[in-house]
Amino acid sequence: MKRFLFLFVFLLASCTSQETATPQSTEPQTLTVMTHDSFAVSEAVVKSFEEANNAKIVFLQSGDAGAVLNKAILTKDAPLADLLFGVDNTFLSRALEADIFEAYDSPALQEISDEFKLDSSNRALPVDYGDVCINYDKAYFAEKNIAVPQDLEDLTNPEYTELLVVENPATSSTGLAFLLATIAHYGDGFTDYWSALKENGVVVVDGWETAYYTNFSGSSGHGPQPMVVSYGSSPAAEVVFAETPPDDAPTASIIGPDTCFRQIEFVGILKRTERRALAEKFVDFMLGKQFQEDMPLQMFVYPVNPTAALPEEFVKYAQIPEQPASLSPDEIAANRDRWIQEWTDIVLK
Amino acid sequence: MNQSVSHKDTKTRKLFNYSALFVSVWQKRILLWFAPLSFLIIFFFLPLSRILLLTFDISTFTRENLWIAINVLGFTFYQATLSTLLTLLLGLPAAYFFARYEFRGKSLLRALTAVPFMLPTVVVAAGFNALLGPRGLLHNLFPLFSFPFIGTLTAILVAHVFYNTTIIIRVVGNALSSLDPKMEQAARSLGADLFRVWWNVILPLLRPSLFASSVLVFLFDFTSFGVILLLGASRFSTLEVEIYLRILKLPNLSLAALLSITQLICTLIFSILYARLVSRSTVQIAPRSAKTNIRKPKLFREKIFVAFFIFILSSFFFLPLSALPFRSLFRLEADRGQRGDVQPGFTTDYYKELFVNRRGSVFYVPPIQATLNSLGYASATVGLSLILGFPAATALARPTRLEKILDPLIMLPLGSSAVMLGLGFIISYGAWLTSPFLVPVAHTLVALPFVIRTLQPAIASIPQRLRQAASLLGASPFQVWKTIDLPILRRATLAAGTFAFTISLGEFGATLLISRPEYPTIPVAIERFLSQPGGLNYGQAMAMATILMTLTVLSILLIERFRLPNSGEF
Repeated sequence: MKRFLFLFVFLLASCTSQETATPQSTEPQTLTVMTHDSFAVSEAVVKSFEEANNAKIVFLQSGDAGAVLNKAILTKDAPLADLLFGVDNTFLSRALEADIFEAYDSPALQEISDEFKLDSSNRALPVDYGDVCINYDKAYFAEKNIAVPQDLEDLTNPEYTELLVVENPATSSTGLAFLLATIAHYGDGFTDYWSALKENGVVVVDGWETAYYTNFSGSSGHGPQPMVVSYGSSPAAEVVFAETPPDDAPTASIIGPDTCFRQIEFVGILKRTERRALAEKFVDFMLGKQFQEDMPLQMFVYPVNPTAALPEEFVKYAQIPEQPASLSPDEIAANRDRWIQEWTDIVLK
Repeated sequence: MNQSVSHKDTKTRKLFNYSALFVSVWQKRILLWFAPLSFLIIFFFLPLSRILLLTFDISTFTRENLWIAINVLGFTFYQATLSTLLTLLLGLPAAYFFARYEFRGKSLLRALTAVPFMLPTVVVAAGFNALLGPRGLLHNLFPLFSFPFIGTLTAILVAHVFYNTTIIIRVVGNALSSLDPKMEQAARSLGADLFRVWWNVILPLLRPSLFASSVLVFLFDFTSFGVILLLGASRFSTLEVEIYLRILKLPNLSLAALLSITQLICTLIFSILYARLVSRSTVQIAPRSAKTNIRKPKLFREKIFVAFFIFILSSFFFLPLSALPFRSLFRLEADRGQRGDVQPGFTTDYYKELFVNRRGSVFYVPPIQATLNSLGYASATVGLSLILGFPAATALARPTRLEKILDPLIMLPLGSSAVMLGLGFIISYGAWLTSPFLVPVAHTLVALPFVIRTLQPAIASIPQRLRQAASLLGASPFQVWKTIDLPILRRATLAAGTFAFTISLGEFGATLLISRPEYPTIPVAIERFLSQPGGLNYGQAMAMATILMTLTVLSILLIERFRLPNSGEF
């Protein structure tokens, strides 16, 4: 028994000593980036930064966007990382209130449009954006000879009974974004709209994976609903991830006024970092052309840097709504819980 | 102090100096408890109490919050009780069926029943949907016989039975195969009918393992998370789901702390009840070889019973799972505009694609690496949980006052919210979080109660006089353990090891810890594929799930084939 225990303690000790060992000056400096689970980037892009700056990047994936932010706030006094990527506009106010970021006026911000810069003091810097939109199964609507709904109102029409699946805003950020779109459009009248949707047999599931792969008829899951709350870029992903390149995307987005909600994702340097200079360089790098051009096919989001060229699949199949719905981060932070509770009372009870 | 020692043993005991024995018993207890208790204190009680102290606030005790807590507790208790009863309904006859009858393909079928235990909920939901969903197989074959499934209480109950039946089969099955068939035969020859044999002879003897397995199933159902979230379609909420929501989605950490404490107290109450029940029902019996109990079905009604159970179990466990390998090998994309008649085409593309890092992503998961990582973590978990579980189970099997206190505490890791504990880990061991070493530690926290509860009834059933005889003949404590306990416990050890292995293999754990993408496991890979749209992603997720299933079945078959050298057949 004692021997095992010794081994156990030894293992523990060796692990900790490994972590605390001080790097020698010739060794690359390690930069830790905390992100959500959907973060992705090319090996080559990371390598080019590492080589140019004699650095080693470690990515810590810590759950979904909400979980990552919570963990960062809890460990504010002894941060687990130097940078945090993945706070979006629905969580921005909470991150800023909790005061976890250091301001950084990156020179790269000059190129970026002001519509994305939601934090005037540049503690959180915009990296990418995307729209949460309703996707529809093109074949279903063609086959049944039904018109595709054009706006939020249409969805309450009887011809679309039981054809839409949405995510629960309490458990899914996609679901929350769609709820926010309806609030941006109807204001406090969103409750009546959702009563009408419920009347019309809207299907609610816990998260995007279930909605898209189990309920949606346009995906590989071949579920029962031909409309799903997903992303404006999902049709492009259906083409990129098809086994044999199809001549057309099997799905498309409904991009009427206020049917889509725009999500912007931010990066910030965490307070108390000991590698501020390197962290700044990485922020510049994320806003630079190389990283921005890599993002679309890795994470299926749009670059905020206008000089970054879009891949062909995006130009052809991903749609950008002309009039996406939006709400200010402060308004979202102030009312989010109440809105979700009201939604729950109407739709789930 | 040693209540379960029978009268015969007092004679041998007199040979010792009584007070010396008393001291050595305490020393032995401390030695037995040192490792498992330190482990639980460092990795469970400390982080959990730190986070609860940080987040709990006495002002949470408002009428509104208490109402939420009571409502959620009510449903949690209700569904867990129903699920446990249904699991016993299928599990008990299945355990009997596996313990008593020999037939072709038995090991495979037994291994199959353990597969759901480690599959990610998303994959299981996909499987059920392919079978019972609105466009599933059942609907296509018998259009009149389809019913709403996803989003109903039925779905939750069926999934719980699907996940947990293996616990009953393994724990009760072990006890059943160690029963001395002479007792049954004696009862039969004295004129008892089958029902009376069961009611008066078999069930009383099975009680410890029956309680042990039921309490595990109940706790798993009580703290159910993924099944409720995915199959309940947001209409149902257990304590665990509500804690998750209050921590991550509708942040209210003090309410989350209140709910966590409620869940912990409930777990403690169930464990105390269990400990009371089991301490009254342990009977020491000389174990028999499993072989003396197992035979081929001979009578007509036995053949019917066996055939019926092969049919029930294979369809219940195989059909929902079969959708995964099917979808990993067959393309279901029909020509555009002809959705109606889908013609599946055979393809190995999904498997080939697993080996290609098409987009050069840093987070690409090579399937072989993921498999090796999963196997490595699983082996470490088996090792760690057996090393910690054996001494604890040995101490618990012959309880003193100390064990009366410690016994219920062992179960607490099963009753604590993974998200809450995860936060506790972050504030307590933030600096270590990047170490892959913490992964088997986290898996062991879940596996340890299983290992202990599987070993404990088996150890308790070993007649103390066998050990004392060996000691008297000059065997050292280790020799006693090696020559008496180990051979008798081989079956229970294998069952415990299998539990630890499958728990680790299937554990997603992302909510518990921060994951380093360098060490992905198979469940992590599945989640990664399912998080983006596209036919190729879906196919690869199914292919990865199929690999996970195959790996589990093979591992279980291998573990069950494993024989300790020189142990002979018991």
